[in-house]
Amino acid sequence: MKRTHDMGGDTDAGAIDRTEHAMDDWEVLADALNQVLGVKGIKCTDETRRAREDMDSEAYLSLSYYERWIASLETILVEKGLVTREEVDRKVAELENRWGEP
Amino acid sequence: MAHEHEPGEEHEAGPRHELSHWAKRAYAMRDILVEKGVVTENDIRQQAEFTESKTPANGARLVALSWTDPEFKARFMADPKKVCAEMGIDASTLNEFVILENTDKVRHMVVCTLCSCYPRPILGRPPDWYKSFNYRKRAVNDPRGVMREFGLDLPDDVEVRVHDSTADMRYLVIPARPAGTENLSVEELEKLVTRDSMIGVMDALPSVPE
Repeated sequence: MKRTHDMGGDTDAGAIDRTEHAMDDWEVLADALNQVLGVKGIKCTDETRRAREDMDSEAYLSLSYYERWIASLETILVEKGLVTREEVDRKVAELENRWGEP
Repeated sequence: MAHEHEPGEEHEAGPRHELSHWAKRAYAMRDILVEKGVVTENDIRQQAEFTESKTPANGARLVALSWTDPEFKARFMADPKKVCAEMGIDASTLNEFVILENTDKVRHMVVCTLCSCYPRPILGRPPDWYKSFNYRKRAVNDPRGVMREFGLDLPDDVEVRVHDSTADMRYLVIPARPAGTENLSVEELEKLVTRDSMIGVMDALPSVPE
């Protein structure tokens, strides 16, 4: 069966939205983090692509572009033993605490 | 610069708006990787700056020189990465890099149906529409309709070739040189070469914008 990311030629497409959005800081970070881990040889494009393409269909279609990047990067870093899900959960809680209410 | 401060700074002051689940995890992973010494804040900042420095101006220069110098064009099409290196454009991260030349009879259009592969060292980050599901879906079975949406109505006798990029194969289109531009300098010609014309969904501009 065809997987979700393999969407070339799907006939349910509408008009192309050509609006450009200014990147948020976290998107710049997501982009840079992906690139720099590649440059350092810690992961390669094919690995993060595989993780992205393995995402379940609902997540793939509902997350934004850089959310997909971050989700797939986390999968790869967990697989490589560089981080654990729990470490990331703890760090998110710590950051939320430090940031307070936006 | 689209962002107001560097990606290393935001967590000190706190974000200006509520972040999504995955945005928070991006900051969390950044901090963990820095704490573990896998990357440094500086590595990340330098990478972001490096990426920001890649703009379609790189591609426009290569196209304008290809228009004015047949010998350059021949060398560029034969060995694009070598010519990029000579021009001070680092294309070493591209595996295969293929140059496609539009003619009166054949037009090329580039997509990445599976995600967003793009000649980043030459054009910078891909535009949002290039990454959109609608472009990824339609580029391969409705390229003429896509071009019409961008403002280009192709005659039926012009052949359209769509190139689906991969992690290992990236493309750049040399658009046709607009008529009546014989007297323009290379610098003026560069201003005609838009990003979208190098993806192949548009023509180069007919004249230098005001």
